[in-house]
This record gives sequence, C-alpha cells and structure tokens, in this order.
Amino acid sequence: MSSYLELTARERLALLFDAGSFEEFLPPKARVISPHLAQLDAPVAFDDGVAVGRARLDGQAVFAAAQEGGFMGGAVGEVHGAKLVGLLKRAVAEKAAAVVLLLESGGVRLHEANAGLVAVSEVMRAVLDARNAGVPVIALIGGANGCFGGMGIVARCTNAVIMSEEARLAMSGPEVIETAAGVEEFDSRDRALVWRTTGGKHRYLLGDCQELVADSVPAFRAAVLATLARLRTQETALTLAALEAEQTMLAQRLERFGGLEEPMQIWTALGIAEPRSLPLLEAGPFVEQVAAYRIGAN
Amino acid sequence: MEKLTYRFQGGSRALPQQAELVGVVGSGNLEVLIESGPLGGDCAIEVNTAALGFGATWEAVMRDFHERWQLSDARIAINDMGATPAVVSLRLDQAVETMLGGLR
Repeated sequence: MSSYLELTARERLALLFDAGSFEEFLPPKARVISPHLAQLDAPVAFDDGVAVGRARLDGQAVFAAAQEGGFMGGAVGEVHGAKLVGLLKRAVAEKAAAVVLLLESGGVRLHEANAGLVAVSEVMRAVLDARNAGVPVIALIGGANGCFGGMGIVARCTNAVIMSEEARLAMSGPEVIETAAGVEEFDSRDRALVWRTTGGKHRYLLGDCQELVADSVPAFRAAVLATLARLRTQETALTLAALEAEQTMLAQRLERFGGLEEPMQIWTALGIAEPRSLPLLEAGPFVEQVAAYRIGAN
Repeated sequence: MEKLTYRFQGGSRALPQQAELVGVVGSGNLEVLIESGPLGGDCAIEVNTAALGFGATWEAVMRDFHERWQLSDARIAINDMGATPAVVSLRLDQAVETMLGGLR
C-alpha cells in the first residue's frame, strides 16, 4: 500500500489518476518561477511549488493540481496562485468533468506579502466561478503540512473535501494560535490535541469534510470517484440556499459546542458512547461507527 | 544565493527528449531538472544554491557525476537548499535514471 502522506506532489498526481494520463501545463522546463523570492535571495522552484494540468480518472477528463508541501510548506505565492487560477479557468473553458485539487499548504507565502494574499483570494474566486459554470471542484487533503490559512478557506469553497486521518484542516495553525492566545488556550506541542482539533476525524465529525479515508492513494482515488458520482446528483454552483444552510449549521454548532473546551467533549455531545476510542480506530471502522452521529451527513 | 556553472565535454550518452524533474527544494534537499538540448555534445550544469562557499565541493561532485554517466547534449539545472554531496549525487543519478526510463 502506498502512503499518500509520504509522496511528493508529482508522485501523487502520477499514482492517483489513470496511469500516464497527467499532462502538465507550464511544466518545470518552462521555468515560470517566483519573481519575489529571487529579490529576497531565497531559493526558487521551477514549478513554484505546484503542478497543474489535465488527467484522466477512470477515463473521465479532469483537471488537477498538486501543491508540494516540501517547498516552503506549500505556501501560495503570486505564480503558484496564478497557476491554480489559470487551471480553474481553463477547466471551465474546456468543460472538464471536475477539478481535483491535491492541497498541502500553510497558506499565503508571507515572503510575497500582498501578491500572495491577492493570489489566494483569486483562487477562491476561481473555485466559485468554476462551480458556477457547472464544473465541480474536489479538494484532497492528506499531506504532512495539512491545509491551513487561505488554502483552508479555498478547501471549504469546493464542492467536497476528502481527508485522511493524518490530514489537518484549519484556518490558523497550532503555533499561530499558541503565539497569539497563549499556551493555556492551545498547546501546539500536544500533538494528540492538535490532531483531535484539526485532524481528519474531527473534521469528518463536524461536517467540514465529506469523506474520511485511510492514508493510501487507492483509498483517495476511490473516494474521488465516489464523490464525483455523488456530486452529479447535486447542484454544482454555490447557491444562496446552500450558503444559508451552512450559516445555520455553523450557528447551531457554535450554540451546541461553543462552551466546550476540547474536541472529545464535542464527540460526547454528538452522542458517541466511547469518544476515547475514536483516535485509535482505523478509517474504515471509524466511519462505520460515527457516520450516524456526524454533522451534515449526506 | 550562489550561482555555479559547469560544462563538461566528451560525453557520449544521448538522452530522450522528455524533460524530467526530480527532488524538491526543501531544507537539505534539492531539485534537479534534466533536459536534452543542442550543446555541441557537452553537458552543461547550472547550480543555484543557498549554501555559500562550497564551489570546490560542487565541482568535485559534478565531475564525478559526469564521469559516471558521460552525458552528451544534456542541460541540467539545480535549485539547492543545502543538500549534502551524497544527496546531490543520488538526486543526479535519480534524474538520469528517470530520464532513461529506470527508477522513478
């Protein structure tokens, strides 16, 4: 079994889609690199940390991107963001069956300041534009760097999020929260707490991700195929009704759990009998045990 | 950053057209982009490294690489974040082997 977590972005693209089908736009030999990093005398990457292109998934023509967490934590600079935007626009122009985003990012690349911030906001707009044009967007999160900051928001702008237990999804990272609010608020070195709070299982229970899978490429592939089939029966565009339902869900979540101090208390409140056993379960048995209790089951 | 360039002559092993990229620009790691191109039979290498002052070591590693593979009309570009000589050698071998259809 091949661990998704351990693979590079390019290895994930090669293994997730039909063999040999990934065709890259702006490949490394085009040398479209960050203009900002060179000014800062910092190392660049020939793909600026993201590979974008078209591929086939069980024969379906999809568009795909994979962020490389090993390069600056997958952080989004101007070029990196522009490649994602271009991919999403081309997916609309060529009526792709879907866009599959293999996300692994700490968020905005702070070295690039406003250019990075603008880039991430443009990616958000492009995701929503693609959905509005009828092209579903699916986010996969399973890398060691998780999916944080602006890219965490991008993930939640998509039609569906698929995570592994090892994956993390949040806005501010654990160290940021501890620095800003103190160690009593959040101990970023307590790894079990960090995963209970931001990890795939908690996100699945809270309804922030729609599928929880084992850390393997075949598991992610199967989940993407199942999600694509499921999305065909749903509205692709983000509607006002869906936004209002999301707002209601979030308000209820805050009301029910706002006073609680730790994820395990939330799991108890959801009606799960033995919350302590959850972190130790494999993905399959975990989903079986909690599927009836999770928020936003669909 | 420091930029180092090398050019070796006398190689005989031709490469396929498809360019390949191996490795990642992370701490202690590097990426190697390898392409074939008309260089009058030479092997040209450009290194951009974050570790300053290791030109002599780079030259020795690159010379060893050329002796191992004897590439002809090959263009190699490296973005480095302080990889050790052993890691650099392994990545270069990985790049050539990937290009020649070996290990990926």
